[in-house]
Amino acid sequence: MTLFAAAEPVFAVPVLLLDISLMALLVVVAFAIVRMRSLFAVVMLQGVYSLVCAAWFVSLDAVDVAFTEAAVGAGVSTVLMLSAMLLADRKSTPVPMNRQLGAFIVVCLAGAAMLWAVGDMPAFGDANSPANSYVGTDYLAKTAEEVQIPNVVTAVLGSYRGYDTFGEVVVIFAAGLGVLLLLGLNGNAGRWVARPNGQVVNDRSAPSAAYAKDNRSEDKKKSGEAET
Amino acid sequence: MSAPDPKMTESELPHAYAARDPHVLLRVISKFLIPLIAIFGFYVHFHGEYSAGGGFQAGVILAASVILYALIFGLDEAKRAFPPWLIRVGMSLGVLLYGGTGVVSFLKGGEFLNYSVLNENAISGQHYGIIAIELGVLCAVTSVMIAIFYAFGSRQPETSDEDW
Repeated sequence: MTLFAAAEPVFAVPVLLLDISLMALLVVVAFAIVRMRSLFAVVMLQGVYSLVCAAWFVSLDAVDVAFTEAAVGAGVSTVLMLSAMLLADRKSTPVPMNRQLGAFIVVCLAGAAMLWAVGDMPAFGDANSPANSYVGTDYLAKTAEEVQIPNVVTAVLGSYRGYDTFGEVVVIFAAGLGVLLLLGLNGNAGRWVARPNGQVVNDRSAPSAAYAKDNRSEDKKKSGEAET
Repeated sequence: MSAPDPKMTESELPHAYAARDPHVLLRVISKFLIPLIAIFGFYVHFHGEYSAGGGFQAGVILAASVILYALIFGLDEAKRAFPPWLIRVGMSLGVLLYGGTGVVSFLKGGEFLNYSVLNENAISGQHYGIIAIELGVLCAVTSVMIAIFYAFGSRQPETSDEDW
């Protein structure tokens, strides 16, 4: 396998230039997002950021991660951010300088700590890095005989790391459940009907209804029907 | 929709068409693209053992095709194509399928999620297990992504044309 053959990381100049320009693009987009006041443009630029990220991951040979980033980051989460933005506001109000000082100090400290840690990181493509030794080597060596499917990533995620993936699916399920409990699948969270002893009580006729705003459509208000 | 008045001058014609349906290009192109996106999602799922991708990516791509449909044709149309009850069933079914595979391998004498015991041949047992859990991931991810979109999308009135 090529992974074991290359002891010294090899860099091709065009790939290196591509990586550097993609990272420079990421920095430019990030600054544009920070400077922007229109939230619509910010959401769109976040999609652009994810797409550039995905391109960069492809250049790093992490195709599966790039796939996920393009589908989730650039696709679905852009739409979700858009619909969240439509519920909130279209423009952000600028925050005065003195209130940004604390955040600036935290960012500087975190950035300095990361730069300090870079020296301890293994070189890119190093076959002896912790990620490539121990179980990682085992997975690569044994997939061909134990699972016998060509894509090692699927074998690792599905079989060797089945517990982790199960946990991920449960987390996704819990996230969906949480959103449904808070917002309701049809935007009808908090609209309820109870029928104690044949008497119909809903969130409009309940004593607490006087404090809530009625935002049903006109004909539904007349018929007194709860929105389902 | 009727054709515009034939007496109109050439400069008035584009405005007449625009007044009828400002998103006609979007509608036509997305009608062509949405089935392709859905098929690509299934390809990513069923080809996941040979190339990049798998249940999670396929689920997100499938959800994206429904979300695109909802963006172009409206939430009510999307809810007719992919009804909310299917979401509730799908997200629970996905987790049950994954956990159930683990329980079946448990009952057949192996550890939880040890697929080798699913068949006499350990290799095909692994294959069955991976196919089952990937289907579970696909169901759960597709349903949850669409559920979150429906939940957010249903909270607001239809966007007016001035918002674009």
